[in-house]
Amino acid sequence: MEATLQKIVEKYGKDSARLMDILYDVQTEFNCVSDEAVEKIAALLNISGVDVEQTRSFYHFFTKKPAGKYAVYLNNSAVAEMMGAGEIAKAFETAAGVKFGQVTADGKIGLHYTADIGMNDQEPAALINGQVFTSLTPAKVNEIIAGIKEGKCVKDMITTYGDGVNANPLVKSMVKNNIMNNGPVLFTDYQVGAALKKVVEMGPKAVVQEVKTSGIRGRGGAGFPTGMKWDFCSQAAGAKKYVVCNADEGEPGTFKDRVLLTEKAKMMFEGMAIGGFAVGADEGVLYLRGEYRYLQAYLENCLKEMRDAKLLGNVLDKFKFDIRIQFGAGAYVCGEETGLIESIEGKRGEPRNKPPFPVQVGLYNKPTIVNNVETFCAVSKIIEKGGEWYKGMGTAESSGTKVISISGDCAKPGVYEVVWGMTLTEMLALCGADAAKTQAIQVAGPSGVCVPPSQFGRKIALEDLPTGGSMIVVGNQRNLLKDLSLNFMDFMLDESCGSCVPCRALNHIMKEKLEKILNGNGIKKDIADLEEWSNSLSKTTRCGLGQTSGNPISTTIKNFRNKYEELVKDVDYHSDFDLAASVQTSCNYVGRKPNIHH
Amino acid sequence: MSKPVVATASLAGCFGCHMSILDIDDRILQLVELVEFNKSPIDDIKTFTKMCDVGIIEGGCCNSENVENLLAFRKNCKILISLGECAIMGGLPALRNGIPVEECINEAYCDGPTVSLNKERILPNDDELPMILDKVYPLHEIVKIDYYLPGCPPRADLIWNALVALLTGSKMDLPYEVVKFD
Ligand SMILES: Cc1cc2nc3c(=O)[nH]c(=O)nc-3n(C[C@H](O)[C@H](O)[C@H](O)COP(=O)(O)O)c2cc1C
Ligand code: SF4
Ligand code: SF4
Repeated sequence: MEATLQKIVEKYGKDSARLMDILYDVQTEFNCVSDEAVEKIAALLNISGVDVEQTRSFYHFFTKKPAGKYAVYLNNSAVAEMMGAGEIAKAFETAAGVKFGQVTADGKIGLHYTADIGMNDQEPAALINGQVFTSLTPAKVNEIIAGIKEGKCVKDMITTYGDGVNANPLVKSMVKNNIMNNGPVLFTDYQVGAALKKVVEMGPKAVVQEVKTSGIRGRGGAGFPTGMKWDFCSQAAGAKKYVVCNADEGEPGTFKDRVLLTEKAKMMFEGMAIGGFAVGADEGVLYLRGEYRYLQAYLENCLKEMRDAKLLGNVLDKFKFDIRIQFGAGAYVCGEETGLIESIEGKRGEPRNKPPFPVQVGLYNKPTIVNNVETFCAVSKIIEKGGEWYKGMGTAESSGTKVISISGDCAKPGVYEVVWGMTLTEMLALCGADAAKTQAIQVAGPSGVCVPPSQFGRKIALEDLPTGGSMIVVGNQRNLLKDLSLNFMDFMLDESCGSCVPCRALNHIMKEKLEKILNGNGIKKDIADLEEWSNSLSKTTRCGLGQTSGNPISTTIKNFRNKYEELVKDVDYHSDFDLAASVQTSCNYVGRKPNIHH
Repeated sequence: MSKPVVATASLAGCFGCHMSILDIDDRILQLVELVEFNKSPIDDIKTFTKMCDVGIIEGGCCNSENVENLLAFRKNCKILISLGECAIMGGLPALRNGIPVEECINEAYCDGPTVSLNKERILPNDDELPMILDKVYPLHEIVKIDYYLPGCPPRADLIWNALVALLTGSKMDLPYEVVKFD
């Protein structure tokens, strides 16, 4: 073990800021990051054991105990469950002979659940040793487990490949792109390097101005004006600056960045280089969620080809800019830009206090622009075709196009590049969903809004329904509060980083209250409590996760109040406490009969 | 007019909240003027002898005796107050809630570092003993609670202000310092 750890640590230059990579390699090598390994890594990096421990314990894909030589991570997010993940879980358990959360006695197969893996349009899906298995059926599960038992290599078990780059020899993945609507900006012809050749002639100031002219606002969800962000960063003091691309894509129901990364990787890298030129940064980091590691070899090769073509490195002999890829390891909060920065630095992905904002104090405390994959892709096109051209599309406050990931109860789940301003009714028609059979659309994921049919006339636009790209169609056959809201609350409380008490505690309490209501034990006041607590959460937490974590409940109360009212009792107080049931286990264990007096 | 009657109890608590009641210092004399105590560790009356106006409870419920006590309080008090973190949320005792009760019993009676004389691993199972609940419950999950006084323990001033407000019908004085914890 000693020698292997030494080699891994040396591979990353004994740099503790590369702890994420070190832990990943150790996890891959030993199937876990044991306490012993933690201590040894700490000694080799000359940092304290708790510094290593706190990073290890933060991320879902780093495990203290062996996760199984074949570690299966089945997605149990809302849409996965809607598409039958429950049945798939049973099939895995039967075939493997262990329950989820367990590893077989021989250490070969481990079954684990995981949050949304960005495959909502081809669920049920699972990751096995980093490879994606989509559209699972019980028969396929049996085949997979049989293969594992024979000791097959996971990669060899993938025999049919998805479309486009998914079939590239460097990817060979069964993932499908499902591009259902090509738009004028992103899913269209694109000449690698054309924009970069233009910017070196324009100069940094003009580039920032062009981005401002386009009116583009961030595509990661918050919608901050990109030109303004770049302007702030370019003016920030200091010679060293960074460009970070946020490809964490953890919001359940969003998978458009995965498709952009697959089909338009160079367009995005070029956008990052343009950003570097504009703000005066010479280093870029692509923060890619661990779930998309199957794209690593392909993306590294794109970077290499761009270096060879002088589109990275010594860019066109005019400026220096290069990019490295940093992988996450299963933590939604790392999509929050400051949590992401902490993670790149090898730490727990706990969001920082803002201000200062990353444009002032970012990666390694240097001025940094953090932008979404789609934002960088769009910038390449904006430079190529001009800000005015871009501004000509969309609505007053949302210029250009948006890539929407649509999943759930519709005939054509997939990605759609549309001009901002389409109504939900139009989107439903586009994705082949019957509006009459649709009880709700979840826009912008769990942290967004659950929209009722009476509001399907609303527009996808920052001034009406803002979104980072997730749209989940919920058919009439679903139990909205159970299948969606409750699942989302589970997600929120799992993913809270735990820094702020309200986010850590209130989400639990709210989830339990929702369960109480679903079990028929709720009272009217519970609804009022839930509304009030969501409001507290939005005001008393540090980052966007906590601020919106009550939304799965508060937006359904707002738009589907009758669903709650049908379930609650109209009394002052009601308790579901059952003394006999609650003493049963302990009485059995100590060997006595319960004696209940009243 | 007869004085309002107050009862108090400590369930799964540490008596710290009761200490905080006593911490109102010389105002305890005013309190005795203002109210009559019934069942309470303060006067050692063990069972209710009459209907009370206010019941103040520290600690949550960890066993069947706690539950019976709490039900008796609800029956015999017009107003019930959860006093302190344990009563409101379960508090420290609720740290066991994530751990199976069997493991807790083992730790307490067999495997804990301070257990040395129980080689036969005898577990307490006499019928007279309270039965352990599967987890520690906050009071409001078992009976209706009218008011909550937060803190661990709540400050003496908070308790005093609350009691005065309740007994005189005036508005409660809630300065920021008495409910701010960090
Ligand atoms: C909990 C949380 C998760 C987030 N996840 C992502 C994400 O996966 N991708 C992303 O681009 N932005 C995400 N964001 C938004 C980022 O903080 C940030 O606003 C964005 O990356 C900025 O890029 P943009 O201006 O190009 O949108 C997330 C925010 C929060 C609070
Ligand atoms: S709001 Fe939640 S996720 Fe965000 S910093 Fe606070 S505890 Fe962490
Ligand atoms: S709230 Fe604090 S002081 Fe009161 S009983 Fe619980 S632990 Fe003791």
